[in-house]
Amino acid sequence: MNGALEQRLSPDELPEVCRALMAGGARLQMAYAWFPEPDTPEVIYLGDWKRLEPFPMLRCRLLDGRRELPSLAAITPLLGWYEREIQDLCGIQFSGHPEPSPLVLHEGARPEMPPLDPRYQPEEMMPYSPQPWHLPAVEGDDVQQLPFGPVRADVLESAQILFYYVGEGILHCHPRLFFKHRGLEKQFEGLSPLLGVVLAERISGVDSFAHALAFCQAVEAAASSKIPERASYLRVILAELERLYNHLHYLGHLCHTTTLKVGEAQGKLLEEQCKQINGEFTGSRFLRGLLVPGGMRRDLSLNGLEERLRRLEPQIIDYMFELETTNSHLDRLLTTGLLPRQVAFDQGASGPIKRASGIQRDLRWSHPYAAYGSFNVDVPVRQEGDAHARSQIRMDEIRASIKLIYSALENLPRGRVSTEVHAFPGSEGLGWCESTRGSIYHCVHFDEVGHLARVKVKSPSFSNWRVFPFTVHDSNMMDYAINEASFGLTMAGCDR
Amino acid sequence: MPVWTLYGLRRGVATNPWPDGGQVTQRGVQGMPRFHSEQCKEGCRVCADVCLPGAIRIIENGRGERLTLDYGKCVACQMCTEFCPEDAMEKSGDWAFAVSKRADLIWDEALTSLPAQELTQKIHTAFGRSLHVRHVDAGSCNGCESELQALNNPYYNLHRLGIFFTPSPRFADLLLVMGTVTYAMKEALLETYNAMPEPRWVMAMGTCAVSGGAVGGGYACGRGVEEFLPVDIYVPGCPPNPTAMIQALLLLLNRTPQRVQGGHFAD
Ligand code: SF4
Ligand code: SF4
Repeated sequence: MNGALEQRLSPDELPEVCRALMAGGARLQMAYAWFPEPDTPEVIYLGDWKRLEPFPMLRCRLLDGRRELPSLAAITPLLGWYEREIQDLCGIQFSGHPEPSPLVLHEGARPEMPPLDPRYQPEEMMPYSPQPWHLPAVEGDDVQQLPFGPVRADVLESAQILFYYVGEGILHCHPRLFFKHRGLEKQFEGLSPLLGVVLAERISGVDSFAHALAFCQAVEAAASSKIPERASYLRVILAELERLYNHLHYLGHLCHTTTLKVGEAQGKLLEEQCKQINGEFTGSRFLRGLLVPGGMRRDLSLNGLEERLRRLEPQIIDYMFELETTNSHLDRLLTTGLLPRQVAFDQGASGPIKRASGIQRDLRWSHPYAAYGSFNVDVPVRQEGDAHARSQIRMDEIRASIKLIYSALENLPRGRVSTEVHAFPGSEGLGWCESTRGSIYHCVHFDEVGHLARVKVKSPSFSNWRVFPFTVHDSNMMDYAINEASFGLTMAGCDR
Repeated sequence: MPVWTLYGLRRGVATNPWPDGGQVTQRGVQGMPRFHSEQCKEGCRVCADVCLPGAIRIIENGRGERLTLDYGKCVACQMCTEFCPEDAMEKSGDWAFAVSKRADLIWDEALTSLPAQELTQKIHTAFGRSLHVRHVDAGSCNGCESELQALNNPYYNLHRLGIFFTPSPRFADLLLVMGTVTYAMKEALLETYNAMPEPRWVMAMGTCAVSGGAVGGGYACGRGVEEFLPVDIYVPGCPPNPTAMIQALLLLLNRTPQRVQGGHFAD
C-alpha cells in the first residue's frame, strides 16, 4: 500500500513478527480486514514506528476458506477491539481472544452475511431483535448496577454506560457503545473518490475536515500525486481552525461538568465565534465542502482572517488564564481520571489523551503531511495523566494552533489549488492526520474500475473509548461526568 | 481566584436579539442550492451524478427527461453548484428550510411564480409561551448535536425564547430527533416517544432525520424518522445552522412563517 512499509505474512508468522515489531519500539495502531476476492479475505495490521520512518504494515491473506487467525490481543491489547470488529463485520474469528463477544454489532443483529463481504448488498436494514448483552461478572455483596442511556440527559450523543457501584464508589464501568453504528465503511463501497469525500465529512461532524483530509490524502497516496503548495498550506490553516473551535468547546463543556457556569458560557461563546469565522471564510461552519482529492474544491480568499483572529486571541488567552486560576474548577480536575503512561500506551490512547499521559507523539510532527513539514509544530506533553493535564494539553494546543495559522497565512503561496488525480484500478493508499482528538488513518482500496472497494477508517474516539474505562475503575460517581468530558470523546467517530 | 461574575459583566451582552430585531448573522454560510429551471439544459445530468444523497434525480415523464430536486435529501454539499455547466444550480444563503409537510421540500415547477410567503400556513396553536424539548440522537454524525448544543451558548441563548431542553420525556412537548435512525437506536427512540404525554410533537432535525441524507440506507441505517414516527416538522440542512434550528422551533410554535413551499424559498 502506498504510504506504508509492507510485510506479507502467513497466519502462523503473525504473532512472532508482531512481537518483534513491538520489541523494536513500534506500536500497532489498528487492524482491519477486506475482501480482495470474495472468498479470500485479507487482514491488515498497521503500526507506527520512529519519526519520519514509514508506517509498518503486516498483511495476511486467508486462503482456502480459512476464517481464523491467532489473536494478537495478548501481545498488543489495543488490537482486542479491532479483532472483535473484524469478527463482527468480516466474519473472521481470532483464536485465543480474551473477550470474543460482539462489539460493533449488537447481540441480536443478524445480517445474512458478514456486512463487509462485497456480495452483501442488503435492500433494507438487517434483521435485529434486541438481546441481553454480554456483561462481565462482578461479585460482591453490596454491588449495585446502574445503567445510563442510550438516551442520556443533556444534549449528548447516544451511548449506554453501566456502572457497578458501592455507595459513591464505582467499581467498574462498562460502556455499551455502537448504538450509532451506521455501517459507514460499507457505504464507501462503489463510490467515486469525489463522492467519497462527502461521506468522509460525515463520519464525525466535529472532525469533518480531519476525516476528509485523511481520506483525500489516502486517495492521493494511491494515485502517487502531489497537491499544489497553496492547497497544502490552506489545508494546514483549515485543520487548525477545526482544532480551535473544538478545543474551545471542550473547555466550555468541561466547565459545565465542574459547574463553573460563566466559564461554560464564555468557552462556548468563543467556540461560536470560531464557527462563525469558519462560516464566513469558507461557507461552512464545519469546514465541509472544501476538500477534494488533489487539493481544494475552490480557492479561498482568507483576507481578513488574521485580523479576526488577532482580535479574538486576547479573549481566548484571558479565558484560559482565568480557568487556570480558578481553584474550585481546578480542584475538580486535579487527580481526576488518572491514566498511567503504560496503560495509555498498551490500550491505544490517542491525541491529547496520550500526550497528557507522557507520550509525546503527534502525526503533524512525526509524519508531516500537507504543509506541516514547513512549520515548527510544538508537541506539548504532560506527565500527570489526569483531567487537568488533559485540559492543559488542549490549552497549549490552542496557543500553538493560533501561531500555526498566523505563520501559514504569512507564508501562503499563490497559485493553483488543485490538480487532477487518477487512482489506478487496484491501487491502494494510506492517509493520516492528527485531528483534534488524535490520530486518524484512512486506508483506501480501489477496484478494477477505479471506484472505492474498501475504505477503513481508524478514528481517535474508537481508540480513546477503549482506554477511558480504565480511568473510571475505583473512582467516584461525582467525578464521572468530569472525567468523561476531559476525554473529549465523540460517539459518531467511534461507532461509524 | 478570579471574579467570574465581574468577568461576565465585563463581556457585556453577547446575545443576538434575532428574531426580535437584530441581524440574522450566519454570514457567509452556504445553504441549499437554488435551482433555475430555465437555465437547465436538456439531456444533461451532471448535477445528478455528483449528488451523493440522490436529492437531484432525472425522471422520465413521458415528455422527456425532467429534473427533480428534493431538499429533504439535500446535504448542501455544494457539488451541484460547482459542477453544473449552465449555472442552473446557484449557491445561496437559504437555510431556513423547516416545513410541516414533507412534500413542500420537493421542488415543483408549477410554483415557480408563486411567492411562497403568501402560502404560509398556521399549524399548531396548542402551545403557551414555553416549549420543552427532549432531544434524541438516533444515529447522527454529531454535526447536528454540535449546532443544537450551540443554541444554549450566550449568542443564541435559547432560554430567552421560552424554549428549554428537558432530560425527562415525561415533561417534554417536542421530541427532537437527529440522525438516520440506526437499527440499534430504533427501540430507544420509540420508548422515549411513548413516554411522552399527549399532545406531543416530533421534529426531524437535519437531513439525516428527514430522509437519511448522505448516509441513510445500508445494513445499519434507516432513511429518516418518518419510517418510525409521525413527523410534524422537517428541517433539512447538514447540519441546519443554529438560526435555522431556532426558525424551525418558532415555526412549530407558530411564531414565524414557513419560508418554503413546493421547494421554493421565499426571501
Ligand atoms: S447541494 Fe444538495 S442537491 Fe446539490 S449535490 Fe449537494 S446534496 Fe445534491
Ligand atoms: S444531517 Fe448532516 S450534520 Fe446532521 S447528523 Fe446527518 S450528516 Fe450529520
